[in-house]
Amino acid sequence: MMDILNTLALLGNYLIVPGITYGCQLALGALGITLIYGILRFSNFAHGETMAFGTMTVILLTWAMQSVGISLGPLPTALLALPFGIAATVLLLLITDRYVYKFYRQQRSTPVIYLIASIGVMFLYNGLIRFVIGPDDRQFNDGTRFIMKAREFKEMTGLREGLAIKSSQGITLIVTILLVIALFWFLNRTRAGKSMRAYSDNEDLALLSGIDPDRVVMIAWILTAALATIAGTLYGLDKSFKPFTYLQILLPIFAAAIVGGLGSPVGAIAGGFVIAFSEVAVTFAYRKVFGYMGYEVDGLMQLLSTDYKFAVSFAILVIVLLVKPTGLFSGKSY
Amino acid sequence: MTFLLGQSMTGGYGGADILHDCTIGVERGEIAVVVGPNGAGKSTAMKAIFGMLSLREGTVTMDGEDITALAPQERVRKGMGFVPQTGNVFPSMSVEENLEMGAFIRDDDIRETMEQVYTLFPILREKRRQAAGELSGGQRQQVAVGRALMTRPGVLMLDEPTAGVSPIVMDELFDRIIEIARTGIAILMVEQNAKQALNIADKGYVLVQGRNRYTDTGATLLADPEVRRAFLGG
Repeated sequence: MMDILNTLALLGNYLIVPGITYGCQLALGALGITLIYGILRFSNFAHGETMAFGTMTVILLTWAMQSVGISLGPLPTALLALPFGIAATVLLLLITDRYVYKFYRQQRSTPVIYLIASIGVMFLYNGLIRFVIGPDDRQFNDGTRFIMKAREFKEMTGLREGLAIKSSQGITLIVTILLVIALFWFLNRTRAGKSMRAYSDNEDLALLSGIDPDRVVMIAWILTAALATIAGTLYGLDKSFKPFTYLQILLPIFAAAIVGGLGSPVGAIAGGFVIAFSEVAVTFAYRKVFGYMGYEVDGLMQLLSTDYKFAVSFAILVIVLLVKPTGLFSGKSY
Repeated sequence: MTFLLGQSMTGGYGGADILHDCTIGVERGEIAVVVGPNGAGKSTAMKAIFGMLSLREGTVTMDGEDITALAPQERVRKGMGFVPQTGNVFPSMSVEENLEMGAFIRDDDIRETMEQVYTLFPILREKRRQAAGELSGGQRQQVAVGRALMTRPGVLMLDEPTAGVSPIVMDELFDRIIEIARTGIAILMVEQNAKQALNIADKGYVLVQGRNRYTDTGATLLADPEVRRAFLGG
């Protein structure tokens, strides 16, 4: 009995809690990708850097607030800086749209041209971020570190295995839930949200119905900026902020969006969790689990070294594209 | 003075002209049907009236106002409803949301109009929470027509509304179209099913190679042995 509970605590600590947190972060990132795909009909490669830019502004503001003594008590100051970071990112994306993507809209360019343009934008943001904050690791998480410490859990339950929940993990989950509820309320209940879905569904008919494409595109960028900044900040609070990791995270995020079905918001969320849990589960060392079940084994019993965790997203991506190219929730990709 | 009139329209999609001095008009409460062989320019004529291609010559007037220079969206605001042949619904949105989007340019209360659409097409009320893309072809056409009616247009233009639906559904759809016309809306329709369409038409236009060949009441065209032999299969 104790062994089962110990196993559950072990899996909870190393698999479920990190999986949920990472899943939330990927889901928010994938929602941004999927929104732009649905409205502007291209894969936005600059999304990872957008997340990094948003996080960077949040960090700079957090530092400024910390230096004048503003804090949120037990919560990270970054949450207070978040709205301003979002505003800065909205501005950046709208300026980018005005001077880059608008031109291609007027040219009625094919999606691949947009995609290449977005790679250019990615490099531009990339340089901008390194110019401002540098390539190093930055810590900006303050406030209480843990909701529950491993030691406290052990004392409380008397188990050998600890279950720790970091504040950043709790915050990630709560913020994600609130944000997703707000986003779906917006898309399904408001006139502006419905007009975005209509535009994504059938552009010509949306134009005939009097829906203003410029407005739809603008709202899409604003939502994307908010999602990217929040996703990036949550990821940075949970791990740490290093610009390069935001380039790497692009792959699992795209995998999540495609697995769920590009253009489908529900799919983006589902895809985020599929990728996150696969990545965590495949790179987890199961030796202790086997131990609790009565099998003494040598070796780590790890399917794949954590160095190869990106291979997991890639493998899932390839499988989904082979078996069900439109993704789990039948998006627009074909 | 004809309510909606495309007068001596000449033009095409750039390149060679498709329409040559083609005239099509319809009165309030009337049904006008454009028929003709494949490639006769039926749909092109309809698109020209709706402003989807620019005319080299000729004018389009509605209610006495010259609207030749207006973009399609502006014509919708002036009271034109257009139901394209394909891609005429928002497939992932519910029936009700489709109707709401049809009324996007309206700022007033749309519930009454929606009620009228549901009265006209009772099946849509039943399916109002279902995604339009999941409906049958005939039901989807009803959504498409309903969507176009949501702006309370003065004229409703239908591009082959019965394409790809069964004969029973076609009859049903034509009945509904007659009902819509009775409410005082002008209906301009392009049809492949020429015989059935001329049956319900107040006015019929037979186009051949972008030109008016015969123009008369639906009944007269149906009775004309020459028209029957050449265009209606005997």
